[in-house]
Amino acid sequence: MDAFLLQLAAGIATGGIYASVALAIVMIYQATHHVNFAQGEMATLSTFIALTFIQAGFPYWVAFGATLAVSFVMGALVERLIMRPVQHAPILTHVGVYIGMLLIIGNLTGWVFGYTTKVFPSPFEGGGPMFGGLLSAHQLGSVGVTLGVLVLVYLFFTKTSLGLAMRAAAYNPRSARLVGIRVDVMLALGWGLAAAIGSVAGMMVAPIVFLDPNMMLGILLYAFAGALLGGIDNPPGAVAGGFLVGVLENLAGAYIVGTELKLSVALIIIIGVLVLKPSGLFGRVVFSRV
Amino acid sequence: MSAIQDTPTLAAAAPRASIARRSVWLALGLAAALAPLWLLESFHLFQLTMAVIMSLAVLGLNIVTGYNGQISLGHGAFFAIGAYVTAILMAQADWSFYATLPFAAAVCGMVGYAVGLPALRLGGLYLALVTFSLAVAVPQLLKHRALEGWTGGVQGLFLMKPEPPAWLTARVAITPDQFMYLVALVVAALCYLLAWNLIRGRIGRALMATRDHPTAAEAMGMDIAALKTRAFAVSAMITGVAGALSAAAVEFVAPDSFTFLLSISLFVGMVVGGVASILGSVFGGLFVLFVPNIAESISRAAPGVIYGIILIVFLFVLPDGVAGLVRRVLARLGGRAS
Repeated sequence: MDAFLLQLAAGIATGGIYASVALAIVMIYQATHHVNFAQGEMATLSTFIALTFIQAGFPYWVAFGATLAVSFVMGALVERLIMRPVQHAPILTHVGVYIGMLLIIGNLTGWVFGYTTKVFPSPFEGGGPMFGGLLSAHQLGSVGVTLGVLVLVYLFFTKTSLGLAMRAAAYNPRSARLVGIRVDVMLALGWGLAAAIGSVAGMMVAPIVFLDPNMMLGILLYAFAGALLGGIDNPPGAVAGGFLVGVLENLAGAYIVGTELKLSVALIIIIGVLVLKPSGLFGRVVFSRV
Repeated sequence: MSAIQDTPTLAAAAPRASIARRSVWLALGLAAALAPLWLLESFHLFQLTMAVIMSLAVLGLNIVTGYNGQISLGHGAFFAIGAYVTAILMAQADWSFYATLPFAAAVCGMVGYAVGLPALRLGGLYLALVTFSLAVAVPQLLKHRALEGWTGGVQGLFLMKPEPPAWLTARVAITPDQFMYLVALVVAALCYLLAWNLIRGRIGRALMATRDHPTAAEAMGMDIAALKTRAFAVSAMITGVAGALSAAAVEFVAPDSFTFLLSISLFVGMVVGGVASILGSVFGGLFVLFVPNIAESISRAAPGVIYGIILIVFLFVLPDGVAGLVRRVLARLGGRAS
């Protein structure tokens, strides 16, 4: 029973990571109706930038804030320079551009920062194990940070006029433009926000899995699975889905398929959701008239 | 209609060329394909063999993604399955290489059909996502303990190239490497012929109509579900045959030869060579094999970066790839001559 609880707790902790990446994916989806394959690589790059700040002697939370800002600018620039010109191109072009960015950002990260695995500090050290050794301080802290980000995002989208404008721009660009919303700026903003949220996920996961240029590949797939499970157009759903995938992955890894096949669990979840309930557990069912 | 004309294939140009002109081109092509047998020493001949194999794999991808519009980022999985079927049958059951080829094709065709079924319910981006995760999961599956008895686990399997038969060695001096190149060339040529025939005929038109306007295609009585799943099956079959050839050419299979980067390089090769172009698949195969080799001499990270940059530049500047460029240059030259 204790082992089961331990697996459950570990699942919730990794689920928090998936939840924040899933949140970033859903952000981009809400702003552009696209899924960014390079999200993980962008988050890894942000984490390396954070490490650079920390090694330069900045306190953790200053480095954290600076990384958020840099990531936001990076995301907005990517939208401006790379996505804007192909805005109206077919989906194949978009997929190609995402793959291109994945290759460029991932390999540049390795080129600049090296391929050796690095230790990344956690801001939540020193608390020792809690809840009878079920959760480490860092695991608890990162879950807290994920939930905090979720609350902020929720408030931003529902309570601010900027959030409302962003939703309008994604939902109906033409009408939004007619009422004076600058749709282009909203798109860039959406990409910037997603990159910033992704960087939070990167900084939270790095102390657990250690930092290397390919850190995010597996995580990205779990996050996709989580986002789909919760509903790709529903931020709280994506967070719930992320946690759920984390728990499922850990339990399946421990009791059913063994750790080598953990990644296949993500694949099965993705296919299962898309085939059985494409709108996800909490998503809106969309009909399209032909 | 216009959408179909926007994607000209060899088929569109062929009827106009006179028979004499066509046979000249054919002879030139044959000479160009056979010349390396005498001109290249064994390592470069091996590389060219792999390029032929890669172009076959890109052709398979092109059928489902280029002509049918179902984006697959996981064709490396079919390549791996084809390679493993051949390797297992040769190493564990002592089959001859030629006997494994139809078997590998059949297995990959069936797996492709099975993947095509859920794909029916998924739009462009989601399908890309699912196939992408398939590509990431494949090396893990191949390493798994339950399959170790067959696949050899992390160590992989060793096998032998097909030996040149006695009736051939009795007449000409031919090394196994040269023979392997010939085998790859013949199999690839057969598959290209098959694909060309498929694309230029009724089925090809139906595939492209399904891609460009599914509603209209369905209204004209096409069975979209059958077309899409069968396109997936044929595509997986061709890519699987390429995998089987590669297992024989390399004489070794291991899970880590089939990471998701293989799937991605097939995709990049298709875009660079030319989406929905049979000729483009040839350029794609050459690109997939030779560009990383050149880039690797700069730095370990360079192939990825250069791949990515080339991919994005092509999508921005030359969305119809090298094949489109060649076609435009030829059209301009032809226009001046007449």
